[in-house]
Amino acid sequence: MNLGEINPILLIASLMVAATPLLLAAIGELVVEKAGVLNLGVEGMMIVGAISGFAVSVETGSPWLGFVAAAIGGALLSLLFVLLTQFALANQVASGLALTLFGLGLSALLGQSYVGIKPPSMGDIHIPVLSDLPVIGPILFQHDPILYVGIALTAGVWAMLKYTRAGLILRAVGENHDAAHALGYKVIRIRILAILFGGACAGLGGAYISLIRVPQWTEGMTAGVGWIALALVVFASWKPWRALLGAYLFGGITVLQLNLQAAGVAIPVEYLAMSPYIITILVLVILSADKSRAPASLGRIFHASH
Amino acid sequence: MIVLEKRPQPSKAWSYATPLVAVVATMVFGGLLFAILGKNPVEAIGTIFWEPLFGEFSFYYRPQLLVKGAPLVLIAIGLSLGFRAGIWNIGAEGQYIMGAIFGAGVGLAFYPLDAWYIFPLMVLAGAFGGWIWAMIPAFLKVRFGTNEILVSLMLVYVAEQLLASVSLGLLKNPEGFGFPGSRNLQSYDAAHNAELIAGSGMHWGVVAAFVAVIFAYVLLNRHMLGFHIRLTGEAPRAAKFAGVNPPRLILFCLGVSGALAGLAGMFEVSGPSGVVSIDFNVGYGFTAIIVAFLGRLHPIGILLAGGLMALTYIGGEIAQSQLGLPAAAIQVFQGMLLFFLLAFDLLTNYRIRAARSEVA
Repeated sequence: MNLGEINPILLIASLMVAATPLLLAAIGELVVEKAGVLNLGVEGMMIVGAISGFAVSVETGSPWLGFVAAAIGGALLSLLFVLLTQFALANQVASGLALTLFGLGLSALLGQSYVGIKPPSMGDIHIPVLSDLPVIGPILFQHDPILYVGIALTAGVWAMLKYTRAGLILRAVGENHDAAHALGYKVIRIRILAILFGGACAGLGGAYISLIRVPQWTEGMTAGVGWIALALVVFASWKPWRALLGAYLFGGITVLQLNLQAAGVAIPVEYLAMSPYIITILVLVILSADKSRAPASLGRIFHASH
Repeated sequence: MIVLEKRPQPSKAWSYATPLVAVVATMVFGGLLFAILGKNPVEAIGTIFWEPLFGEFSFYYRPQLLVKGAPLVLIAIGLSLGFRAGIWNIGAEGQYIMGAIFGAGVGLAFYPLDAWYIFPLMVLAGAFGGWIWAMIPAFLKVRFGTNEILVSLMLVYVAEQLLASVSLGLLKNPEGFGFPGSRNLQSYDAAHNAELIAGSGMHWGVVAAFVAVIFAYVLLNRHMLGFHIRLTGEAPRAAKFAGVNPPRLILFCLGVSGALAGLAGMFEVSGPSGVVSIDFNVGYGFTAIIVAFLGRLHPIGILLAGGLMALTYIGGEIAQSQLGLPAAAIQVFQGMLLFFLLAFDLLTNYRIRAARSEVA
């Protein structure tokens, strides 16, 4: 065992990388839930995003196109959720589960010929001066571009929900869909857009795992990240910046346990590997006392009789 | 313009018809999928649904139906109770693993003793393992209001790690030349869940599945608790007035589904599988969710749905070896089934009408 081998600067830098897939998926789901829809299919949309991003970037050689494809792939899968919950008025919990089961199968099918291939690398950004700063440089300014997209997305969603008319309407639909409908807002249309946005974000998060974090394709590689992202939305009590904080916290735990595994701590590998899941449960327990922040129409079916 | 009109009462006819319609739609779209993969769709669908039942080697495959169907039915029966009351245990996979670990653990602790009471003790331990694992989300929900969906699911990953840990450590076969995995319970008579009639596929897990179906049927139709479960799901407000005790209901539904999933795991590890190994679990806990919905959360329906799903597993394996159909294609096929089922369920609760243009 050698804890001295753990480099705190690298640890924090890799924490941000580990947190990004979670953050992307959680921000998407946050918007969906703010619109009053509970989509439990995050895991499925992530894994489909992971393979579509991987396949396209391998075929075209461009990781950028890969990420675009991942967003489209995630959104396409969420379209199935739209059909089920917004048009067929199916139960959202069951539909979300269906999405995850279907997505896991579909991704395995699509990914058969991509096992063991290395995807093209995106490369890290380099800003003169800033990236060369000691300590701060490697932590903040030497990452891949998508990591900054994640942070920008958080800021964008926060500003949209707080300051814009569109954000206000979205929240109104999530809080009371009958009242929003009575005011003349297109509840279904707004929810569809939110669900598609959530799907695209989850897809990006998945592709981040397969293209940057790992980078490789293996079946079921998201390994519960989508579910942790769902927990993260509760943790954040539906606030974007708290989602960022939460993602870094979970990213930190993941990276720390990996580092401890590598350093050969006396705790068996399996127990370290289960720690992120156990901590997710603990956090959920601590935060579940406060239910007041959840959008009031969350998970309820909207059907306008007139 | 088409509009949906809510039915005053769910349509009985459609509630029976939707699973069948969903199966047909899945066959059509599944066939399309197989065609895209370059297989003859008619042949592929035929292989999946016909070969295991009436094909040349059906004498071998028919018993397999019971072997694969039993855990699915056992788990799905438990899940359906909770699903009816709006209590979502989706961590049956974890409870299945824990049942197997506990059951096999008790059996291996007695090795090489030969006594009649070992197998019954293993059954109890298996049920207990699943039950205690399900009690974690149940207790947290009752005490702190924690979301049971996320907790039960997180515990699947924890259980998988525990499974890896015991098959590499605690339960590892001391005579296994260092390979991971436990002793084979099939070669330890006192702990072996052997076929009751040789070659029939009928083992104690199948018996347990049938018993569970009967119990669930009686519970839901003849018992106050079953009435409370149904009432909570269909009319939560009315349930409050009827004096339903929600915490008790949560503990009961999650507990029963956990115990049944644990039993399924225990019967599997002591019978068809034989060893505790890293890749012991194959997703029965998740497929059982599809089975529960396909069976309309009704015990008899689940029995039939379990059989059908077992058929797709076995037929899928045959199609894999004979036609080279990828294993994942079957997974997609099963996922599709749930999709179509949920979509066509619209017809049970709503009437589709062509809207007349009205002047308000």
